[in-house]
Amino acid sequence: MENFKVPTMAEMTARGEKPEILFWVGCAGSFDDRAKKVTKALAKLLHHAGMRFAVLGTEESCTGDPAKRAGNEFLFQMQAMNNITVLNGYEVTKIVTGCPHCFNTLKNEYPQLGGSYEVLHHSQLLQQLLDSGRLKVEGGAYRGKKVTFHDPCYLGRANDVYEAPRRVIMRLDSLMTEMKRSKANGLCCGAGGAQMFKEPEKGDKDINMERAEEALALKPESIAVACPFCMTMLSDGVKLNNMEGEVKVKDIAEMIAEAMDL
Amino acid sequence: MLSQFLFLLCLATGIYFFARKIREVSSNIHLGRPLQINDRPGDRWKVMARVALGQSKMGSRPVAAFFHLLIYVGFVIINIEVLEIIIDGLFGTHRVLSFMGSFYDFLIAAFEWLALGVLLACFVFLSRRNIIRLKRMIMPELKGWPRTDANLILVTEILLMSAFLIMNATDSILQARGAAHYVQAGAFPVSGMLVPFFDGMSNDALILLERSCWWFHILGILAFLNYVPYSKHLHILLAFPNTWYSKLSPKGQFNNMESVMNEVKLMMDPSAVPAPAAPEGTPQRFGARDVRDLNWKQLMDAYSCTECGRCTSSCPANLTGKLLSPRKIMMDTRDRVEELGRQLRIHGPGHDDGKTLLNDYIRPEELWACTSCNACVEACPVLIDPLSIIIDMRRYLVMEQSAAPAELNGMFTKIENNGAPWQFSPADRMNWTES
Repeated sequence: MENFKVPTMAEMTARGEKPEILFWVGCAGSFDDRAKKVTKALAKLLHHAGMRFAVLGTEESCTGDPAKRAGNEFLFQMQAMNNITVLNGYEVTKIVTGCPHCFNTLKNEYPQLGGSYEVLHHSQLLQQLLDSGRLKVEGGAYRGKKVTFHDPCYLGRANDVYEAPRRVIMRLDSLMTEMKRSKANGLCCGAGGAQMFKEPEKGDKDINMERAEEALALKPESIAVACPFCMTMLSDGVKLNNMEGEVKVKDIAEMIAEAMDL
Repeated sequence: MLSQFLFLLCLATGIYFFARKIREVSSNIHLGRPLQINDRPGDRWKVMARVALGQSKMGSRPVAAFFHLLIYVGFVIINIEVLEIIIDGLFGTHRVLSFMGSFYDFLIAAFEWLALGVLLACFVFLSRRNIIRLKRMIMPELKGWPRTDANLILVTEILLMSAFLIMNATDSILQARGAAHYVQAGAFPVSGMLVPFFDGMSNDALILLERSCWWFHILGILAFLNYVPYSKHLHILLAFPNTWYSKLSPKGQFNNMESVMNEVKLMMDPSAVPAPAAPEGTPQRFGARDVRDLNWKQLMDAYSCTECGRCTSSCPANLTGKLLSPRKIMMDTRDRVEELGRQLRIHGPGHDDGKTLLNDYIRPEELWACTSCNACVEACPVLIDPLSIIIDMRRYLVMEQSAAPAELNGMFTKIENNGAPWQFSPADRMNWTES
């Protein structure tokens, strides 16, 4: 990062320090070019809020979510147990993820394998930081702009988190507009259940096109997302509708960071 | 006396065959793997009260919710009337509960309004299926028997309610004429409107019609009771236990496979003590190939399904033309467990009929279309979980048959080799911090 260094758990531990929270970056957040921008935005926000956070860096490995959803319980559990060994080794107690899939897996599926942590999705942490005043947004790039939010399945239905991302968006003073299929009735972007890593089965339409069209019909200036897979699927959908010039797909963390000129 | 004896015979026969079929359904459900579900009983009662008794999940489709509520309330309350019919039938009395006086009048009047509501709702539902032809009512998996089943239920309810109202109409005329045995009792706000159709008839004809309707109503109810366990209509009973036993953990939490956990622990730590071996017999399969690989709750889910199709109509895969239909998953599971149960009763418990839920009923292409988004689970008014069956069948395909789609096998290999579902070096995990 330009003006600060993101510490790893190894570095912090070597200095005898403990972070307030571990930032679980996730594979998409580490490797996907678009998702990396979201990771940076989130890191800037955490830094700006004065949070002492660390990442696992090269010690982080896939949570095993796509393996579990695809039916490969062996691979999932091997990933999980290796990660749990690392996390417990650092005595991690609190984690924030930039991805609802990592969030769901760490929060719900690690405890039975010996890994119990307080796990937050970044929408929840941002809401806390905004509510407590550790982050302040005053107007900014999205004031008065029409925004719609696409619920990630693994944040919404899977874990009943519907309000946190909306409360974060509200801070932007933008014009929030809801799709007909939202919250518990939200339509999947098409990437869950390991679909991200395969071609769709035969059908007459791709799911991300169906969802992108629904969002575009509201004529928003931005489609807000909170998941790197939704980001890919909806960006592709918007592009295939030739609307990428007019409508931006943005993660809520990026939007807050932009509004704060970070 | 003869009619009382006949009545007793019909009642006993009806209840006997109903109980026998229910035992059969129960033993079919227990073909599933054992599973302990008795944690948090307080929460479970609450869920059942809210979702089954209180119909809380119906409201997302208000038209269906309203008319369904009419039938539901009608069904539950009009059954008080059945109690009176049974007492009258056994003891040769007539309107035995009429001693309650004006409260009885109120009850009968309420039943009549409810009967009218049920009639109206049945006609609306018939038209949704056969005239308006709502998309979720005419999907391929409903071809043939399921469609007939739905129409039969609605027509039967119309006939039963009509008999009830005609019975009351003729009864009220006989009461007004002071016919013997017809005590002055009841208020007839709805059937009163039918009086002009019948009041030209003689007392004998009216009595014949009244008795016929009375017998038709009770025999119809007994017949319907026996039809229910063969039909999608079984949801009227199973909605209650099915919601009680439903999953209380977050929808995103998929169950932990302990059989796998034991092996993984051994693999990662050779000094670990192996879990006691499974009792003799076939070792447990990973995932589900047939209904016996599913747990009993998943089979109860299948019997609780009334094929409303809310799941399928909210499934992103189905909406975009893929083969997957969560409703079909549930219908196939029930059909298969019924078939297997029948075979085992005929040929003995060791029988193998050579068929399986996977392939003979459900094709892998359906399973691989699922995004695990939980829309189907969210949509179900009786908390059925089609996703858990889909995932268990994927587990079988992947862990027993190595039959995942090639791209997914590639993804697995990348996770194994470099700890990410894409081909990147773990050493590059911090690259995002630069530039």
